[in-house]
Amino acid sequence: MRPSIRLSVNGESVEVAAREDTPLLTVLRNELGLVGSRFGCGQGLCGACFVLLDGVAVPACQTPVSQASASSGVVTVEGLSQCGTPHAVQTAILDGQAAQCGFCISGIAVRAAALLTTNPSPSAEEVAGALERNLCRCGVHRRIIDAVVAAGSAP
Amino acid sequence: MTSAPLVSAPPHIAANPSLGTWLSVVDGVVVVHVGKVELGQGILTALAQVAADALGLPVAAVRMRAAHTADGPDEGLTAGSLSVLQAGPALRHVGAVVRALTDGPRGDLTSYVARIAQLDPATDLCAVTPAPAAPAAAVGHSEPRLDLPDKVLGRSRYLADLRPDGLLHGRVLRPVTPGATLLALAALDPPGVEVVRDGSFVGVVGAREADVDVALSRLAGAATWSDGAELPDEDDLSAWLRAGAHEEIAVLDEGGPVASTHRASYFKPFLAHASIAPSCGMARWPTGPIGDRLHVWSHSQGIHALRDAIAAALGLSDEGVTVEHVENAGCYGHNAADDAAFDAVLLARSVPGRPVLLRWSRSDELTWGPLSSAMTATLAANMVDGRIGGWSHDVWSLGHSSRPGYSGAPGILAAGHLRVPSPVPPPTDPPLAAGGGTTRNSVPIYTVGPRRVTGHRRTSTPLRTSAMRALGAYLNVFAIESFMDELALSAGVDPVAFRLAHLGDPRAAHVVRRAADLGGWGRTLPDQSGRGIGFARYKDEGAWCAVVAEVAVDHEVHVRRLTVVADIGQVVNPDGARNQLEGGATQATSWTTTERVRFDRLRLTSDDWETYPILGFAAAPPVSVELVDSTAPSVGAGEAAQGPTAAAIANAVHHALGVRVRDLPLTTDAVVRAIEATR
Repeated sequence: MRPSIRLSVNGESVEVAAREDTPLLTVLRNELGLVGSRFGCGQGLCGACFVLLDGVAVPACQTPVSQASASSGVVTVEGLSQCGTPHAVQTAILDGQAAQCGFCISGIAVRAAALLTTNPSPSAEEVAGALERNLCRCGVHRRIIDAVVAAGSAP
Repeated sequence: MTSAPLVSAPPHIAANPSLGTWLSVVDGVVVVHVGKVELGQGILTALAQVAADALGLPVAAVRMRAAHTADGPDEGLTAGSLSVLQAGPALRHVGAVVRALTDGPRGDLTSYVARIAQLDPATDLCAVTPAPAAPAAAVGHSEPRLDLPDKVLGRSRYLADLRPDGLLHGRVLRPVTPGATLLALAALDPPGVEVVRDGSFVGVVGAREADVDVALSRLAGAATWSDGAELPDEDDLSAWLRAGAHEEIAVLDEGGPVASTHRASYFKPFLAHASIAPSCGMARWPTGPIGDRLHVWSHSQGIHALRDAIAAALGLSDEGVTVEHVENAGCYGHNAADDAAFDAVLLARSVPGRPVLLRWSRSDELTWGPLSSAMTATLAANMVDGRIGGWSHDVWSLGHSSRPGYSGAPGILAAGHLRVPSPVPPPTDPPLAAGGGTTRNSVPIYTVGPRRVTGHRRTSTPLRTSAMRALGAYLNVFAIESFMDELALSAGVDPVAFRLAHLGDPRAAHVVRRAADLGGWGRTLPDQSGRGIGFARYKDEGAWCAVVAEVAVDHEVHVRRLTVVADIGQVVNPDGARNQLEGGATQATSWTTTERVRFDRLRLTSDDWETYPILGFAAAPPVSVELVDSTAPSVGAGEAAQGPTAAAIANAVHHALGVRVRDLPLTTDAVVRAIEATR
């Protein structure tokens, strides 16, 4: 009933017992202890659970675990750090204190990290465009945009 | 420690006089217990700065512990921009007593902390002469937020992230429409979950979240509900608010204007808190042995009131319930946190000894959480020789408070759904002395001749409303500041000059002038662009805040830039205060340009992010904030900007188009209606 599914998460191969249609988000949070991808809506409309699937930011709540299994790999917010060093976007967000409640921010960091791989020095308008599928309720939008721009301009 | 008090202790110390309630030393670290809770506003960092200075320690040497009913001070609600004002003096007193009893931070840090550890937790803080105030070291500096690394790096930090051993997941099935009751529930035996029912309360509990979600959707198809209450016409809420029975709130009557030359009415719709996460709660029902208590984890704004409400609803003693605070997503007022905590308790009751983590759905969060009330106000003024010589303000609203414990009822959603229900009474308002609700900021700060200000709180409603940031001040300030612009323009006077001519308060005049200067007042703008100003002193005794908005209008209203100047007294954490004002102004931009709770006559229909859209990244304006340098007592920053921002945007729209839009939100439809009304 719950077959074993193998997938790659943050560079590690893992095996979980889950139905194929179980949302990747549930598997990450409950089976793998990766709670950094947050549940905001369960409808793919807020971006709080964005993960990278084959390098593209997708809502984990709308991604069946079977799809993740068929991909080349999942990177979550926990996987943005390299050898304990936070991603440039995360450093810039902390430097700019670009969060209030912070619930949206890990999904935003994931989306922004994806942006920087395709556009290493985005303008504020390009960052805002890239974050159109992320919601922030506390009103930290401009600090976040500034932080991502700063991360892109960093040497 | 038996001597009489030598100085008067701050109120929160008098209410919580034992040292051990506020402070402990754990593994060589000073742990500060506060009753105020982190809602995303950064309060724990600001209070860590205050506590560290008071103790004579660096911020890094203190650890802040979340509020806890059994083991921490009762500091009431974390609301109303009062946290620094209330908790600050208490922590300063605690630190001053600690320094008095330990001889202060002499020698190395370790020996000082060791001396603190030896203090008697039962020490009466009211019976010790505190040491003189310590110099500010951390206070006044932009200390980075203590909680942000966990959040930005994706660590476990939120209530929704808790995964204790034996955890079960829970969901609740809400009625399809407010006021409906459960008539029948077809028998289901969903695999891996237990169905919990008590009257019209239905939920599911299970070990695997995926099973619980599947079971909930099956349960929805198995339930038959009665018709609920009829909802008002969403397009005629002004008339609905003014109809029916009201409780009159006589705020001020100086005779009012005998005659009036100007009159206008303003409106805001129902708004949702729309926190980025749905509410959740966790509870563990005791297994029986004496001393085992019901334990609840909640992101409530008031854990003591929640504890009392849970106890009252279930017939338990207050001592039998412990509530501790755990952070979750941003809280902007009385949202569904308390309701979710009680839902978790009701589910946990069926599985004693197992922690149950309950989460609402996005749809329930937007439709079953308390709403911010729709409101309408009619203002009238008598203009004499270019000056205001008489003013009246009438405002109609539902109540702005239905927090746990109000009106003598538990006041938590599911309590009204139980087989033996404790119905949720109609919302009321906080007392005028606490700023009121419907009438918050309804008295103009300007010199306007004889005034008459009256609130009219509609007493019956099928929609549950409660406190959201700024409460009635959002509409009242929008109305007053729009009306001030209308009066200025009718007198042919510049709106900034007109305000200054009617302002006697120098701190008020200062922020208005500075905002105008920094916001480019009077400078030329492109076609179909406009600039507007809004100003208020929050709750009449809080922060002074002026906002200048710049807008461009094509097929819709685009807010291009906001300039905020605020006087919040002594600033504990400048960057934190700026972040609160930026966020407040940005959130208010969303309310003002975009948001409106939608419903038909049966049910709320704005139940996801597509039907309840909020401001996105591309539409969010740059916000610049200037804080007035001050050593006056601190007041809160989180609710100062909302009303001024709404008015500044509406006044800028008028400046751009020559059309006065008095109904929020300022959508294309509202602008078109306002244009048509002028023809």
